[in-house]
Amino acid sequence: MFRKRQYFALGAVALLALLIFSLPPRVTGHLKLAIGSLFLPLFGLANTTQQLPADLADSVLPRRELLQQIDRLRRTNEMFQVQAVQLAAVARENDQLHALLGWQQQAPWKLKLANVVTRDPANWWRTVQIDLGSRDGIRENQPVLTAEGLVGRVDSVGYTRSQVVLIGDPKCKISALVDNPAHDTGIISARDPVDLSLVDFTYLSGHASLKPGQNVFTSGLGGVFPKGIPIGQVLDSRPVELGLYTEARVKLFIDLGALEQVWVVLNPQLGP
Amino acid sequence: MNSLQTILILAVAFLAVFAEATVPVVRYWLGAQVDLLPVLMVYAALNTEIITVSLLAVLGGLWFDALSANPLGVSILPLFFVGSLICVRNDLILRDLAFARLVLGTVASGLVPVLTVLLLLTAGKQPLLGWGSIWQWLVMTAGGAAATPLVFALFDWGYRALGYQPRTETSFRPDREIRRGRL
Repeated sequence: MFRKRQYFALGAVALLALLIFSLPPRVTGHLKLAIGSLFLPLFGLANTTQQLPADLADSVLPRRELLQQIDRLRRTNEMFQVQAVQLAAVARENDQLHALLGWQQQAPWKLKLANVVTRDPANWWRTVQIDLGSRDGIRENQPVLTAEGLVGRVDSVGYTRSQVVLIGDPKCKISALVDNPAHDTGIISARDPVDLSLVDFTYLSGHASLKPGQNVFTSGLGGVFPKGIPIGQVLDSRPVELGLYTEARVKLFIDLGALEQVWVVLNPQLGP
Repeated sequence: MNSLQTILILAVAFLAVFAEATVPVVRYWLGAQVDLLPVLMVYAALNTEIITVSLLAVLGGLWFDALSANPLGVSILPLFFVGSLICVRNDLILRDLAFARLVLGTVASGLVPVLTVLLLLTAGKQPLLGWGSIWQWLVMTAGGAAATPLVFALFDWGYRALGYQPRTETSFRPDREIRRGRL
């Protein structure tokens, strides 16, 4: 049955696995990043391959169309500049009112754009890796979002890459509130491993008055996610544990399966 | 042991792990990503020796875990368990039979994720599990089964392209030679 060589292989592999298991998390984290960096040449190749059709399309785009696009962008830019002036005035007024009331003033978010480079190959986690790391000022637990809404938080940071746990992963629990008069608060947690668009909204009060279509935002509690980031919409709700509390399903605003670029909030504690 | 075989298997494993992390087409349509490492392990266990099986389990497992949120090294033992089981009994398996390969590919693709999740739960981790996990397991098993003949065909083609061709036997036999005399 077993030959000498097979015994040796069995022992060596089992010993190696045990050794890796017994390493402290910090060391395994560094090891993971080192092994992951073996894939860097392939990432570069994949980027170049993806970029090639876009470059080709750029080279054949007519000049007239490019000029029209520039014109449209210029107008949009002017509109945003006017809105920025108006918002700056509102922000000044808001700051003055904050100062009068003695409230802590809010600073604008510092955002950094990141590309999603890989998705978790295992089906039992919801994570992605982004192409920013500690050299770009990324730190653990920084919120990650898109223009549509919250994506997740930074879980581990390497020098050039970081791992982001997405909403719906067991490691990413978010305190959230409903945009209704009672501002019902609960916890966004994992739901089903297959459907990426739905999450559970649990630990809501038994008297919570949720209605389908109500928006859900981060509550700002917990010290990780700033208040007011859109998460999704209430799909339905039901009382659980004999009406002790309410549970709801929330449809996320973002499509987690189609993430390509995300924003990392570098100064989350100072956010709104 | 043929080192070309080992190098090819490890190279394909490296590319397979990269593809699983960067090409989410199957996951987008079916809600689960198919893992090719168990299928490669079946190929390695049927056609190579225990050293290649061990190398594939260790390196493949480490590459997979490096791109995943798995604790590092958790994928090594399930892969090695399946590989060594087949490797020990590979002289009893009809390895040239397509059906035998398909059955082994299906069993390995179904067994490896289950063992990995059991290890994760034993280690106190909380993987994302639910009723949908059964669907994901079915997709992984069926996907692995479908990939098995493709992987075997790919390697057969690879050896034909890169390896030495076996020397063909000539039909000439000296003992059967008809020696003709002058008459």
